[in-house]
Amino acid sequence: MTTLQERRSWPSRMVRRDSVLRRLDWGLVLPVIVLGVISALLVYSATRAGHRADPEAFLKKHLLNLGIGAVLYAVVSSFDYRLLRAYAPILYGLSLVGLIAVLTPLGETINGSHSWIVIGGGFQVQPSEFAKVGLVVLLAMILGEPRDGEVGPGRKDILTALVLAGVPAALIMLQPDLGTTMVLGAILMGMLVISGVAKRWTIGLVLAGVGTAVAAVALGLLEDYQIARFTAFVDPTADPRGAGYNANQAKIAVGSGGLLGKGLFHGEQTTGQFVPEQQTDFIFTVAGEELGFLGSLMIILLIGVILYRGLRIAVHAGDQFGTLVAAGVVCWLGFQTFENIGMCIGIMPITGLPLPLVSYGGSATFATMIAFGLLQGVHARGRSL
Amino acid sequence: MNSRTYSRLLVLHVMVGTLLLVLVGRMWVLQVAQGEEYQAIAANNRTRDIVVPAVRGSILDDMGRPLVRNRTALVVSVDKTALGRQEDQGRAVLARLAEVLGTTREQLELKTRLCSPTVPRPCWPGSPYQPIPVDDRVSAKEGLQILERPEDFDGVIAQVQAVREYPEPEGASAAQTLGYLQPVTQEELDKREGLKVTGYSGVDLIGRDGLEASYDVDLRGEPGVRRVNVDARGRVTGTASETEAVPGSHLVTNLDAKVQAAVEDALAEQIAAVKKIGGDPAAAGVVLEVDTGKVVALASYPTYDPAVWTGGISQEEYDALLGPKRGEPLISRAIAGQFPPGSTFKVSSLAAAVADGYKLNGIYPCPGSYNVGSRAFTNFRSTPYPPMDLHRAIVVSCDTIFYKFAYEQWIRDGSTKPVPDPKDPMIKMARVFGFGARTGVDLPGEVPGRIPDRAWKKSYWESTKEVDCKRAKTGYPEVKNATHASYLTAIAKENCLEGHMWRAGDAANFSVGQGNVLVTPLQLARAYAAIANGGTLVVPQVAKAVVRPDGTVVREIKPERGMKLQVDKKVIEYMRKALAAVTTEGTAAGVFGDFPLDKVHVAGKTGTAEAYGYKDTAWFASFAPAKNSKYAVVVMITDAGTGGTYAAPAVRKIYEAIYGLGDTPAALENGEIPAGLPKVSQ
Repeated sequence: MTTLQERRSWPSRMVRRDSVLRRLDWGLVLPVIVLGVISALLVYSATRAGHRADPEAFLKKHLLNLGIGAVLYAVVSSFDYRLLRAYAPILYGLSLVGLIAVLTPLGETINGSHSWIVIGGGFQVQPSEFAKVGLVVLLAMILGEPRDGEVGPGRKDILTALVLAGVPAALIMLQPDLGTTMVLGAILMGMLVISGVAKRWTIGLVLAGVGTAVAAVALGLLEDYQIARFTAFVDPTADPRGAGYNANQAKIAVGSGGLLGKGLFHGEQTTGQFVPEQQTDFIFTVAGEELGFLGSLMIILLIGVILYRGLRIAVHAGDQFGTLVAAGVVCWLGFQTFENIGMCIGIMPITGLPLPLVSYGGSATFATMIAFGLLQGVHARGRSL
Repeated sequence: MNSRTYSRLLVLHVMVGTLLLVLVGRMWVLQVAQGEEYQAIAANNRTRDIVVPAVRGSILDDMGRPLVRNRTALVVSVDKTALGRQEDQGRAVLARLAEVLGTTREQLELKTRLCSPTVPRPCWPGSPYQPIPVDDRVSAKEGLQILERPEDFDGVIAQVQAVREYPEPEGASAAQTLGYLQPVTQEELDKREGLKVTGYSGVDLIGRDGLEASYDVDLRGEPGVRRVNVDARGRVTGTASETEAVPGSHLVTNLDAKVQAAVEDALAEQIAAVKKIGGDPAAAGVVLEVDTGKVVALASYPTYDPAVWTGGISQEEYDALLGPKRGEPLISRAIAGQFPPGSTFKVSSLAAAVADGYKLNGIYPCPGSYNVGSRAFTNFRSTPYPPMDLHRAIVVSCDTIFYKFAYEQWIRDGSTKPVPDPKDPMIKMARVFGFGARTGVDLPGEVPGRIPDRAWKKSYWESTKEVDCKRAKTGYPEVKNATHASYLTAIAKENCLEGHMWRAGDAANFSVGQGNVLVTPLQLARAYAAIANGGTLVVPQVAKAVVRPDGTVVREIKPERGMKLQVDKKVIEYMRKALAAVTTEGTAAGVFGDFPLDKVHVAGKTGTAEAYGYKDTAWFASFAPAKNSKYAVVVMITDAGTGGTYAAPAVRKIYEAIYGLGDTPAALENGEIPAGLPKVSQ
């Protein structure tokens, strides 16, 4: 790329013969498009019964979100990700500002979590979703530049990473949003390990993580309902109308789908709105009930393809920063997928986390699409494959 | 990329793969291995069964006139689960509803709370998932107010439903005979086997008394079940399947509304007369067809308006019906009241004496007073008569003849030291006439009456001796009247010492239907029917047939074959003639003085039973015509006076109504009850 090209505006760059658009990783883009279509159908199915006045309301907004997401994807992937390194502190700072703003009177409580900023016109922003992006880029910056002679990041880098990850995690815990905090933890752990920290650090961090969890319960840092959700996870029948209700209803919806499902728009549990938050956190139960085992398997496979594309991109990234960005995105989306589907089928406790790209929700969709954009950016500038 | 990063990325590959496989594996277990299980749970999750009550059959008289039927009414019900989901637990909705229905929110809350052992009426004894009816006398205007503003009445249902109605044809109520309905309770579900499988539920009403109870299975039909799909909030989204309710059959009875009304009117008139002289009476009237035992009329006083049952009954109303304050109007005195029969009982004693060897045509003394052991037993008003035959003993109702029989029999049985197997002829004969045992009438709650034999005396003494023996010592200091107190003390002393024995006085009292002997009016009517029909003890029957709403007969309830009385035909014939003379020259001659006996000769016997603390219980037991008898009629009024004065006039009026002898046309055409079944229309 020449300096001249650099000066051109990004749309003109995209149509060039050797443009990023031409160098799209179709192995990533195709599953994203298919998943986007599936998500639109599932969101429509989950919401049309509950909103008789305008059954398509959620569908329209979701399609708009996907559209905006696609633009974000294009914009982010066209950036030279290496420049992001310079902007990383700014991105991180912005996400912190958002997280702090949530705790001010600007914030809004939805479903028990004070994690929203209402910006009017029926739109809200959930800064914690963007904090995931910010953290991935910042950690890649810190951990991707080992000192001379070091194999992995040194103690100072590690401690810096811990502190910088701890700040948004703490702010998000104040909302409280246990799920996103856990995602930040997964990102931090994953990126530390991938960056090549010494084994003793790895083991030490795992132990510290367990210790923190135990302390959090023991010291009463968790809200009662959060503990109740974990208890309900162990025994969902203990309180079937209360904490165990979601877990039970989700399992019933998925389980009743069988091998082939009841057919799209034909799920009685879905039409009857037995599963709360079905278009967001429990979107997977719609797939489970209406599309059955085979349909759900398809969704898991599509996400699997995306994750493996991400890992492949990490392996073939042009530099350590790119590798870490891609690996961080994989850890984020991988953990979030496992947690989300896991809670729908009763092997993970219930925390409020969306299924990447499939769940309804603007901020989550945008953040996920930005993450895909980052992957694409790293891919486009990676070593020749 | 450093080598450590590379190898760790490979590990991440494996981890991602493993986690995704875990998800897939779990999905397999959940959806394929356990899929059917979850499908069953899901089906339960999203459907609810709503019981659609069957329209209950009517109860008709012998001409097809409805005594009980259904009327469609706008019923307002409250869905408790829907109210519970509202922020204020439905308080605002109930307040608005109360305004429309003209009641208070508190009242509605009382009606819709769930019954439990600690929650008194009004309350809802059924399932909390069923809509709870709060008012079934809603006008169309009130109903529209509710239907037009569903947003203001979330959880309130206004529906057209069938409710019980009591049209009282010809003025006949027959409240106690018809019985009443109440929501079925869990106890009844548990008690009555098979109820669950026939689909009973909290919304179902069950016959709690009378014909409604004894023919409940026929009347109720089979409730339908509507299985509806519901969403997570329990809102109905559609109907999944529906089993239609099968309407209940109609019950055709032997009751005749006109005769029933005549009996009720006759009782009412006598009761008014008794009340005028300061009595507080209870009364009963029975009309039986003598050959078949068909119950043509069955009335009881105090009575009540059965309309109180519709629309839910308050605890106060219910208590008033059950309690003694209003004379326990739910209890049918005709079958569940037991009273000393007085001289009407003498037919049994006469047959007993003759069977024991006293000559049927013999002449016996009838002094004003007869010494039974040390105590003098007197005729009514101690009137002495010259010696007479048994015919005359019935006609003038001589007591001393029967005292003599009873006393002599008692001595022959060993007096105070009874022989091993005493004959007790009068007690045994009373049993032959069906006293002391239920008649088997097809109504619930019948009582057996009481024949106080030696065994009963003993067990009664055991339960009372403690009190009596104490009183024998302490006396009755609280009783002001000295004579009365000493009398009571003497009785207590006697009861304490020899209460366990069958004493001479017991035998004498028994012979004239006094003392401890108790009969029901229906038992007495049956005994007189047996004399009238030549010696068959019939089984009284109220129901005649069960007929489907479309008119097809499910089953006819044929009269049961009665038992032959172990009494000589000649004796029965003799008593028949004697009873026929009572209305011409005996104790009822006054009442029947201007009665057209040439058209319908009424035979009968007056009875005047002493009741401690009250005025006498008046009886008149009868049958007519004296030859080729058709009907037995018994009337009883307590706290009144003599049978001739207070009971016989009512019986006379009943016959006048049946045969059309007064101003009114005959209640029964040619004095016959219809042989076939009436045409039953919807």
